[in-house]
Amino acid sequence: MSAFLDALLLRTGYNAALVSVGAMLLGLAAGAAGTFMVLRKRALVADAMAHATLPGVALAFLAMVGLGGEGRALWGLMVGAAGTALLGLLAVDRLTARTRLPEDAAIGAVLSVTFGAGVVLLTVIQTMSAGQQAGLEGFLLGSTAGMLRADALTIAAGGLVAGAVIWVLRRPMTIVAFDEGFATATGIDVVRVDRIGMILVLFVTVAGLRIVGIVLVVALLIIPAVAARFWTDRTSVMFWVAALIGGLSGWLGTALSAAAPGLPAGPLVVLVAATIFALSLFLAPRRGVVARAVAARSSSGRLDPSEAARWIALRHMEPTSPLIDEDDGRTPLSALLPPDRLAALDRGPV
Amino acid sequence: MNAVGRFPESLPALADSPLAVRGLSASYGGKPAVIDADVTIVPGTLSAIVGPNGAGKSTLMKAVLGLVPRQTGDVTVFGQPLTRMRHRLAYVPQRASVDWDFPVRVLDVAMMGLHRELGLLGRVRPHHRARAEAALDRTGTLDLARRQIGQLSGGQQQRVFLARALAQGADLFLLDEPFAGVDAATEATIMSVLKSLRDEGKSVVCVHHDLSTVADYFDRLLLLNRRVLAEGPVDLVLTDRNLQATYGGRLSVAQLAAIR
Repeated sequence: MSAFLDALLLRTGYNAALVSVGAMLLGLAAGAAGTFMVLRKRALVADAMAHATLPGVALAFLAMVGLGGEGRALWGLMVGAAGTALLGLLAVDRLTARTRLPEDAAIGAVLSVTFGAGVVLLTVIQTMSAGQQAGLEGFLLGSTAGMLRADALTIAAGGLVAGAVIWVLRRPMTIVAFDEGFATATGIDVVRVDRIGMILVLFVTVAGLRIVGIVLVVALLIIPAVAARFWTDRTSVMFWVAALIGGLSGWLGTALSAAAPGLPAGPLVVLVAATIFALSLFLAPRRGVVARAVAARSSSGRLDPSEAARWIALRHMEPTSPLIDEDDGRTPLSALLPPDRLAALDRGPV
Repeated sequence: MNAVGRFPESLPALADSPLAVRGLSASYGGKPAVIDADVTIVPGTLSAIVGPNGAGKSTLMKAVLGLVPRQTGDVTVFGQPLTRMRHRLAYVPQRASVDWDFPVRVLDVAMMGLHRELGLLGRVRPHHRARAEAALDRTGTLDLARRQIGQLSGGQQQRVFLARALAQGADLFLLDEPFAGVDAATEATIMSVLKSLRDEGKSVVCVHHDLSTVADYFDRLLLLNRRVLAEGPVDLVLTDRNLQATYGGRLSVAQLAAIR
C-alpha cells in the first residue's frame, strides 16, 4: 500500500515519475480526442488504426536493425506505427467509400488483417538473433519496464500537442459532430475537421502504444468520453471531464503498475478508467442508474385529485401559460402558484 | 417565347437575386434526383419548393449548399459564388438529420449560429450571448435555454433550429421542411417569424410538402419533380395543369379544389 502511495506521489524515482506524468498527459489527450470520436460516432475506426500499428512497429524494428542499430528507439518505432496506422485508416475509408462494405465490416477486415500480419512479423523477429527484440511484444499490452526518460518525454509531448490542437478546434469539432449539414453550410470544412480529428487520434494511439499497448489503447479513447457523458449535457464540459478522467486513469494506472512490478501498465490504466466509468454509470446525478431509479420511484406517486383538477383548470383558463411545461404528473400546482391564483383556479372559469 | 410555367418578366437581374441557380443537376444514391434546374429567388419574398415525395426538393437545396455534389450547374448568392457569400446565408436542416441526444443545451445550439463571427479562439462576450438569446426569444424558446436539446418536443426542437439561423444574422434563409412533424402552435410561430423576416427585406426559401397551406404561407412557388415544372408568383403557378404535371396526374379533383 505504501509502495502505491509512493508511486502516486511520484516518489519512486525519476523515471517512474516521468512515466506517470507521461501517462497522465497521454490520458488527457486521449479523453479529449476520444470525445470527438465518440460524438462523431467513429470511435471504432480508432481501433482499426491501433491494430494496424503492429506491422509498422515490426517493420520499423527490422529497418533499424538493418541499418545497424539496436532497433529499440521509441521514436523510430512510432514513425513505423504511424505509417501503417495511416494505411489502415485509408483502407477503411476506401473500402467504405468505394465498395458496398459497411463501415463496421471494413473496420473488422482491416483490424484483423493488419494485426495478423503484425503478429507474423513479430514471430519472425523473435526467431532472429539480431537486435534487442526482447520487449517488442510489450507493445501488445503496454509495458513501462525499461522505459527511458526520452520515451516518457516523447509520449508526454505527443499528448500535450494533441490536447492543445483539440482545445483550439473544440467549436468546429462540436458543430461538425452535431450537425454536419449546418457545418458545411456555414463554411466549416467538414472533411478537414474530420481529417484533423483522425490525425489526433493517430497521434494519441501511437503515443500510447508503449504504455497502454495496441490492443487496449482504443479503450483510453472511448471509456473516458462515455464516462464523461454521464456528468454533463454540454460538449464543452464533456471535453474537459473526459480529459480529466483520462489523465486520472493514466496516472493511477501507472502508479499501480509501479507499485506492483509484473502487472502490466496498459490493462491497469484501462481498468482504472473502467472503474471510473462504472462509478459514473451508477452515481452520476440525473443520468446515472441510481438517480434514474430514484426519479422513477418518486414519479410513481400520483397527485391527489384536487391538485390534478387544478392542472386541468389551468389548461382551460390559461392555455398559453408557461407553467403548463412544468406539469410532469407529480408536481402540485400549489407549489408553484400563490394562494389567490389557486383560489381563482378552484373557482373555475367565470 | 417563354417556356411553360415560367414568368421571367417578374425576375430580378441575376446579380440582385439572393439565390440564382442555373442548370443544376445532382444525383442521389446513383439515380438522377434533380435535372437541369433553374431557380431564381426574388429578394424580400417567401418562396416554397414543392413537389411529391422523392421529387428531389431536399437534394436541390443540399446541392445548392454543396452538401451533396452537383454534377452540373452554377449557383450564385447575391451575385457572387456561394463560397464568398456564406455569411449572408443561413440553413435550417431537417430536424430528423441530427442526433437529439447530443450533449448540447438549447443556448449552445443558438450560439452555433455565431460560429463564423467567433472564429476558433474568439471569446464569447455578453453581446454574443444576447444575440443568441434574442433569437431564442423570437422563436419562443428562451425559457428552454438551459435545457438539454433531447428534452424538447419536436416543435420546440424545430424552433431552436430556426433560432440558430436567426442568430447568424443572414439575409437569405434556406429551410428544409420546417413544418414536418411539428405542432400547430409551432407552425404558426415559425410562419410569423418567417413573415417578419420577409417584411424586413430578407429572402426565405422553404422546402415544403403541404399543398393546402402553400397559397396562405408563400409569395412565390417553385414546383419540382426532378425537373422544375413551374416557377413564379403563387397565384400564377398554382394551377391545376401545373399541379397535375408535378404530381404525375395523381391529384383528385377534390384535392385540387382544396388547394385553392
